Parts: sequence; C-alpha cells; structure tokens
Amino acid sequence: MTNPQNLNIQTKINRIPQIKMSKWFSTILIILFAFLLGGILIYLIGANPFLAYGALLQAAFGDMNGIAETMVKACPLMLAGLGIAIAYRAKFWNIGAEGQIYAGGIASAIAGIYFTAVPGIILLPITLLAGLLGGAILGFIPGILKARYKVNEVITTIMINYVMIQLTAYLVTGPMRDSSSGITISPQLSKAAWLPTVIPKTRFHLGIILAILAAFIVSWLVYKTVLGYQIRAVGERARTARFAGIPVERTIVLTMIISGSLAGLAGAVEVSGVQHRLVEAFSPGYGFLSIAVALLANLEPIGVIISSILFAALLNGADAMQRAAAVPIPVIYVIEGVVIIFIALRVLHKEKD
Amino acid sequence: MNLIDTSKPIVEMLGITKHFGQVIANEDVTFTLMPGEIHGLLGENGAGKTTLMNILYGLHQPDSGKIFINGHPITIKSPHDAIQYGIGMVHQHFMQVPTQKVVDNIILGLKNAGRFILDRHTARERLIRLSESFGLKIDPEAYIWQLSIGDRQRVEILKALYRDIKVLILDEPTSVLTPKETEELFHTIRKLVESGLSVIFITHHLEEALSITNQVTVLRNGKVVGTIPTRGTNKTELASMMVGREVLFRLEHEINQRNEKQEILIVDGLSAYNDRGILALQDISFKVMSGEIVGIAGVDGNGQSELVQVLTGIRSAFKGRFWVDGIDLTRATPQAILMHNVGHIPENLEDGLIGEFSLIDNFMLDLHYVRPYSHRGILDHNRMVENARQLISQYDIRAPNENIKARTLSGGNKQKMIVAREISRNPRLLLAAHPTRGVDIGAEEYIQNLLLKKRAEGMAILLISTKLDEIMSLSDRILVMYRGRIMGEILREEANIKKIGLLMAGSEG
Amino acid sequence: MLQQFFTISFITGFLASTLRMASPILITALGEMVNERAGIMNLGIEGIMILGAFTGFVVAFETGNPFLGFICGGIAGAILGLLMGVVSVRYQANQIVAGLGIWILCQGLGSLLNRHVFGLSATRPEIHTITPVAIPFLSRIPIIGDTLFNQNIIVYLAFLLVPFFAFFFTRSIWGLNIDAVGEQPRAADAAGLNISKIRISTSVFGGMMAGLGGAYMPLALYGIYTDDLSTGLGWMAIAVVVFGKWKPWGLLGGALIFGAANALQFRLQAMNFPLPYQFLLMIPFIVTLIIVIFFVRGDSGPSYLTIPYSRSEN
Repeated sequence: MTNPQNLNIQTKINRIPQIKMSKWFSTILIILFAFLLGGILIYLIGANPFLAYGALLQAAFGDMNGIAETMVKACPLMLAGLGIAIAYRAKFWNIGAEGQIYAGGIASAIAGIYFTAVPGIILLPITLLAGLLGGAILGFIPGILKARYKVNEVITTIMINYVMIQLTAYLVTGPMRDSSSGITISPQLSKAAWLPTVIPKTRFHLGIILAILAAFIVSWLVYKTVLGYQIRAVGERARTARFAGIPVERTIVLTMIISGSLAGLAGAVEVSGVQHRLVEAFSPGYGFLSIAVALLANLEPIGVIISSILFAALLNGADAMQRAAAVPIPVIYVIEGVVIIFIALRVLHKEKD
Repeated sequence: MNLIDTSKPIVEMLGITKHFGQVIANEDVTFTLMPGEIHGLLGENGAGKTTLMNILYGLHQPDSGKIFINGHPITIKSPHDAIQYGIGMVHQHFMQVPTQKVVDNIILGLKNAGRFILDRHTARERLIRLSESFGLKIDPEAYIWQLSIGDRQRVEILKALYRDIKVLILDEPTSVLTPKETEELFHTIRKLVESGLSVIFITHHLEEALSITNQVTVLRNGKVVGTIPTRGTNKTELASMMVGREVLFRLEHEINQRNEKQEILIVDGLSAYNDRGILALQDISFKVMSGEIVGIAGVDGNGQSELVQVLTGIRSAFKGRFWVDGIDLTRATPQAILMHNVGHIPENLEDGLIGEFSLIDNFMLDLHYVRPYSHRGILDHNRMVENARQLISQYDIRAPNENIKARTLSGGNKQKMIVAREISRNPRLLLAAHPTRGVDIGAEEYIQNLLLKKRAEGMAILLISTKLDEIMSLSDRILVMYRGRIMGEILREEANIKKIGLLMAGSEG
Repeated sequence: MLQQFFTISFITGFLASTLRMASPILITALGEMVNERAGIMNLGIEGIMILGAFTGFVVAFETGNPFLGFICGGIAGAILGLLMGVVSVRYQANQIVAGLGIWILCQGLGSLLNRHVFGLSATRPEIHTITPVAIPFLSRIPIIGDTLFNQNIIVYLAFLLVPFFAFFFTRSIWGLNIDAVGEQPRAADAAGLNISKIRISTSVFGGMMAGLGGAYMPLALYGIYTDDLSTGLGWMAIAVVVFGKWKPWGLLGGALIFGAANALQFRLQAMNFPLPYQFLLMIPFIVTLIIVIFFVRGDSGPSYLTIPYSRSEN
C-alpha cells in the first residue's frame, strides 16, 4: 500500500543531509576520492603513490602509442558499458557482461575461423554479427527468466559467467585448439575477419570507431524512441508502466537482448581486432569493469565514452604501475570497488510498490 | 483509578508551529483536551491535523510551542516518550507486521516482554482480559494478515490500551469501515471514555464529527479556525470553517436527456482470484451505458480493486467475459484495452504516474506509441511538449513548466494530471477508481464536476469510491460490492446511506 | 566405471565430503539470512568470504593457530559487514550496487594483500588444517558415523546453528524485532525499535559469518590460499537463502545440495570421469542455475528487503 499524501513527514536526521550538486561534480569527486584512497593504500603497502600514479598516467596518455592502447582497452569497456547502462535503466541488474563478452568472443571466433566458404568482404560483418548474436542469446536467457518467472537476475547472470569462462577454456584446449602452437589458443581468424587498424604502428582498430558510434546510437535509442521510453518507464516504476499498457515483460527481454548484444559485440571486437584468435581468459575482467563504467557515467550513453576511457587508462597503466613502482595490478580493482561503493550512495534505491 | 481533576485540561498544546521545508504544516496552533472528552480535530486533507497529532505522539518535533500533560510542561521526543506520558495513537495506516501474530504485534518493542525469550503467556492473558473488559474481541494467536480491517483496527486500539494510555488519538479511523463497523467503533469509543480515557478523533467527515464528539477544533491551512462545542453547531457552519467559503452539498446533476443510450460496458459472470489465491470476484454482471455514471460502493477490499484490474487487463478472470463497445476484451492486453478507448484512473495515485519523469513524459504514458506522438517507433518531442502545455493550462495544473519532475507536484495536481491525461483521450469508457482520494477539496470539486461534464457529453463512467457522499452525488446507479459479489443495485432517486450501508455490510438489501 | 559409484567407500566419502563442502555455504547463508530478514541484502558476501579466507590464512600462518585465524577472519568479515551496514542504513545507498562494489573491492584487496604478503613465489605457503574430531561411539556407525560424527568442529558448529536460529526467530525477542524491521519497518519504528541499530547489527553479523565461512576454506579444507579458493560460494549462499525461504531448516537443505554438487565435482575429477575437467568445474554453477530457475522465484521474502527506511515518504 502506498503512503497517503498527508503523511508528508520530514526525514529524521539519520542520514547526511543531501548535498545538492550536479552529477558532473559528484562524478569528479568520486573519482578523486577513489584515487585518494587508492593512493593511501599504495602508501600502506610500501610503495610511492606519486610514482605509481605518474607511471600510470604516463603509460596511458603519455605518448601516441599509449593513447592508442588506452583506446584499444576502452573499446570493449565502452560497448559492454553501454549494454550495462541500458540494462540498469530497466533496473535489470545484469552482472553477466563478462559471460556475454565470452559468448561473443566464441561466436565470432567460430565465424572468423571456420566460415571459409563466405566471401571475404562480408566475412568481417558476419564475424561481428556472430558475436552480437552470441551475446544476444546469453542476454535473452536471464532476461526471459526474470520477465516470465521472476528469477533473480544477479544469480543467473553470475552463474552463466562462470560457465562461459569454463566453456571458453574447454574450447581452446579441445575442439578449437590450434594444434600447431604449444599454448591453449585457437587457430587464427581469417585475415578477412580482422578489424582493420586505423592508426598505423598501433593496435588502434576500427572497432573503436564503431564503439563510439554505438554510444550515440544507444543514446538516441534511450531518449528518442518508443522503446527507450518504455525501458525507462519500466525501470522507474514497472507497475505504472504496466497500467499504462506498456508490455513490461517484453520490454525487459528486449532490453536484455540489446544489452547482451552489446557485450557480445565487445567480445567480438576483442577477438577480431586485438587477439585475432580465441584465447583462454581473453577478458581481464572487462565485464565487471564495465559495470563501474556504466555506473560512473550515471547510465548516460554518451558519458560511457568518457568513463570507459578512464577505466581503460587504469587498466593500461596498471602494468606500468607495477613495473615502475612495484604496485600489484589488483590495486585498480580496489579503486574500482571504491568507485562503485560511492556510486551506490548516488543511485536511487527502489521504492516500495 | 486516579482522581482526575475534570476541570483541568489533560493535554494542552500551546503555540505549536511546524515547518516542513517551505510548507507550514502547523502555525501557532493551540489545542486543549479535557479529561473524559471526545474531541474532534476536523479539517480537509492537508490542513495539518495529522501533523499536529504526530507532534503530540512524538513522531515530529515542533519548531516552537509547548506541550503540557496535566499541567506539567513536557517534551515528547519519540512515541516511546508519548506512551510513557499516557498518550497512544491509532494511525490511519496500521503499524502492524502482517506476518506476525496479534500477540507479537502488541508486545513488539515493550521492555517487559521478556529478556531473551518472549513471554507470550503473560501477554496473552493480559490481552484477553483487556479485550473482554472493553468488548474488543480478538484472537491473540491469529496472524494479522488473516484479520479483517475492522479487526486490525481493534488490534491497534488494544495495542494502545495494553500500554495503559489515558489519551487515545484516532487518525481517520472510519475511512476503512462499513457504516455498521463505524457504529461499533463509536460504541467502543464511548465505552473507553466511560472507563476514564480521553479521545482525540481526527476526521474530515462532518457527520462523524457531529455524531461522536463533544468538542470540535477546526483546522484550515495549518491554523486553528475555531474550537466549539459540538452541540452548538451544524454541518454548514463546520463546512465553511473547514473550507473558508460556501460549499455546495449537491453537485449539479442533470437528468441525462440523451436518447440513444448505447451499452458501452457489458460485464457478464466475471470471476477472478486475488493475489492470495482467494476468490475476489464472484459472478459479477452489470452494464454501463453511455452518458451514465455507475458508482460502485463498498468498503475497500471487497473486490473493487480486482474488478478494475480485470477490466484493465492486468488480471485475468477465470470465468466470465466483458465487452467494451461490443468487443470482447476479456483476454486483451492492457495496451489493447487502452487502444479500445478505455480510460483508467488508478486507485493509487502512484500507479498513475512516474515521479522521476517530466510532466511531458507523464502525459504520454498511454499514448507514446501512437500517432501523432510517435512515428514508426520514434518519438515526436515537439508534439509531446505541445500536448503537455495544452493540458496543463486546460486543466489548471499548478506547475512552473512542463519539464519538472512529476513528483514535485502536490497530491491534488498529480491527480489532476492523471485525470487530464485520461479524459483528454476522450475514452468511451472511463474507469475511475477513487479519483479524489487524498486530494484537497478544491481539486476534488474540480474532478467531480469534470466527471459530470463528461457524463453529459456521453462518456460512460464506472466510478469506484469509498466516499459515500461522492458516490451518491455523482452516480446514476449505485452497485454495492461485498466479498466479491454485487449485493444490489440502487437507483439514484432511491439512494440513502442506510440502504447502501446494509448492502455494504453484506445483508441482502 | 559405474560400479565405482556404488561402493560403500564412495558413498561414505561422498556424503562426508558433502557436509564438509556444505559448511562454509551454510555458515555464510545463515548470516545473510539474518541480515535479509532485517531488510538488508548484502551482495558483497562473495568478496567478504575472500577477505575472510585471506585473513584467516595469514593469521594461522603467522601464529600457527588456526582457531585464531577463524576469529580474525570473522573480525575482518564483521568490519566489512559494518561498511555495508553503514552505507545502506545511514546513507541509504542502493544496496545492490553497494554490495557489488564491496565484492569487487574485496577481490582486489584480497589479490593485492596476497601478493604483498606472500609475493609470487613458486612454493605455496601451507598451514595445517584443523583436524576432525570424532564423536565417541557414534562415529563408528557405518556410513552415518563418518558422515555425521567424524567432522571438524566447525562443521558441528555450523549444523548446530540451524536449530539455534530456528529457535531464535520463533521464540526470542531479538528474532521478533529483526523480522518486524524487515517486514514492516514503520511498525517497528512506531513500537520504539531502533531500526538503524538493528540493521547495522545484522549487517555486522552477516559479514562476520561470511568471513568465517571464507576462513573455513583454507583453514579446514585446503591448507593453502589462492585468490579463487572460495569462488562462487558467496553467490551460492545468496541463492541458498532464497531457496530456503529465509528459514534455517530450508537453508540447511539448500546448503547440502550445493555441498553435494561441489563434492561430486571433486570426486568426479579424482576418478578421471570421462568428461573434460572444465565441464566438471561447471557442475556447481549449473546446479545453482537449475535450483535458482526452478525454486527461487523473486516475489517472496521480507517485504522491505533492500528498501532503506526513513521517516520521510515521497
């Protein structure tokens, strides 16, 4: 039962009075604070935080190659982040981006390696499409389970993640193993299925452009289309949406198909543009980082572009940070965790309906 | 038994002022309760009655003012303090845990209920003794969710009595009762007063105030308009004190002269279960013609909600059918039903809007996927803005602009927004569930007159309401629902409270 | 191959292993149950288990006393539970997001500290695990003896906690209060209960139990610590709470099922069961999926789960 209007009672001060600030400002504050805490942690383990952060920034943005590498890492984060942003708009807590990335990677690898009968020009689009499809299927499953049977999506998506990681490992050690090499990887994709590099002498590939394009498309989808309106309505208050005739279940399933597709595309782009093969554990946690990416951007598709670059810089520079200042890589996950906790303070909680 | 000095007030609230941000809920309010008195606190929704009593009960702190109990100045920082001073409150929305037993609910939070293990035995005994001496029958072992609303209210009262209170505040207790249950409640109140309690009775119903109270304080816009003995006043005087102007008691209800009356809504043998799996609708059959208002009276919880849910496609009926304009919509989706020119004002305000959406977007809830507001899946923002502006001005919705979030509107304006949206689509059939619930008198009058206007234009309206005066002044025909069945149909001319009340309570006319 | 399954030694070993593997899930799930009954859902317990495991291992390694390790693992968990509680209650944060943040934070912290304290040496530091305590007479009963009465002390504790909590929630005041807070906080508030205090307490308790559950892994089972020792157990605990419908005996059933899935996976691997080992590793997760799909439907549980309480209504 909802509360009547006349119970309009003020908060008893059990919480910090809401500090009014713009979303931008709070975002910047969160980042600064997280880095501050990270710095303290680095200091506590005996390393020099300035040296560490310096090496991080230098590697991420210091030179052309660095920037290119940062963008290469930003690409899957951006795509998966867009997928998460759309899912969370519908209040569908998709934790399965990691699994969806692997699904996309597997599907695109299969297309790129084995679809030899397909003419060269369309092999690349088919490869990417396969990745999209793989992710879509993996998004559809938890989507329909939640929409039709109210099954908790956090658990389903996480379990599917674990299954997919094992599946990938199985494939590259078994049926898809490259017998000529000694390590557990698949054969190379046909050259026609590779995403071409855009900046010579770097790994900056076409997929990055695609990702940025995708951000604009998703933004248009969310704000300018009927589906976007329905997704937002369902996420804000599904009950009202239902009364207004919006097909809630169908909207949730569609949302997850799109979300999974984007993450699947992220996997495809990694396989096609960076690795050119299917490699065991090819994602260094892109799926989980993309959650932080989406949340930090406040679920705004255009904002995802920026936050994905930020987290990509973290990933990119982590190696350098370790080499230069002996700071172990997991520090960036600590920073990520702190960022998410702070964002939790900002995200509105569910209302009792 | 204490020797109460009946010439000195038992409760005095002097100069109470309370702000909530910009809103002044109480302004310099003075309220006095004499021992053994039944004191009515009367005013419209939002007049500040509940706030004042919440202050007395320790749920709020006043910005300024003093409170005295038996002449002693005191501060009440929490309900715990209030209870220590002998003040108990029965809220409009019961503070009960549905999944727990009656006895557990009553002893929740009490210090002497045991150290680690609950002492249910002592509590049960005491409860039975109390319920017998005040005639409030209740089973301590029953679970709250099994009880009827009247029973649940009795549990709330017993909760207060269990704590030895001397002053009982009742906040709008009759809004959930049938006329017969209301009589029983009044009987209980008189008995409580005989035993030495004093009662504060918050209400916005004039008749009730007149029938049960000795003294009445009227609040308007947070200020006291006057405190007078009940015996010396009447409905008209109280009403104008409440509202500050002349209030019409009967709305302009023309006999509808339209010749071709079409059957717009036909319901035949509808039966459905509620969420608990219990039969909520049993063989419901009725018709609504064009240009008529059919009112469904009945206490909340007798199947009205489920009926509307079936008619809007949210719930499926396992038996029976219904037709709108000749088309069988029994199995139709909510979207299809809306597309067949059915309008719906949901019984809960919050179900009719999305607080985080702008007014523009809220006005589009039903229509965002049709022309001209969208083409092939893409929204036409300009049309949407135009529509919003037009509706805001046409229906006099108080908002600075169309871009603000809906949750910033006042209750009355929120409801007006919902009504505007539904009516502007010009539906053939309007399902109006409690359209004036929680809304101030100005908006209430507006909405009621709007419904009559649309009726005159030929709209078929199914009105569901717990406000009997609203049902009686708006409806051409009145159907009374009880336990999922239609107990009887009463024509407007023959309608009176007694008849309706009997049907509401389950007797067969 | 098939007849291997039906030997007494296999069955006994499997059952005993089931109880051993069920214990960390049961402990963690009981803690989460208490927390959820008060209205807080802590999705970070997967991470808290990691930090509990690490803390327990380090302390046991340095001091040689595994029980001290357990205590410290519990304390670490309690601190993280406090973080979750404060963030959810005092700052009214979105609990789902906060829980995820804690999970990722703990993962990172665990790996970081592991690397910092033990480095990346080739040889893994080891400790002695706690030894089983056989109950006299009863442990000699065939099959059941080894299964039920020849376990380490934490297993006994975990299983004894089940009837304890059953009693706690039906007969004690604290249990009643916790349920009131999770089911209808306004009623609890009106009755004078301190919602914040109760919720933060259950959060601390839930965190402590997750820490203990995590510490169990190195201290009672493996004797070593790796970053992925307790992978997935926290999520299984969350599933178990819903599967058990927030009731202790129900949780026991769920924990046993997951324990069996984990035990089975190990046995099959050891037996060189003719399935690629990656598929064997998938078994517990697939079992969780199946259970969740068929038994764990959303709309149930404490009415105010994940919904913060404040006296303002908007």
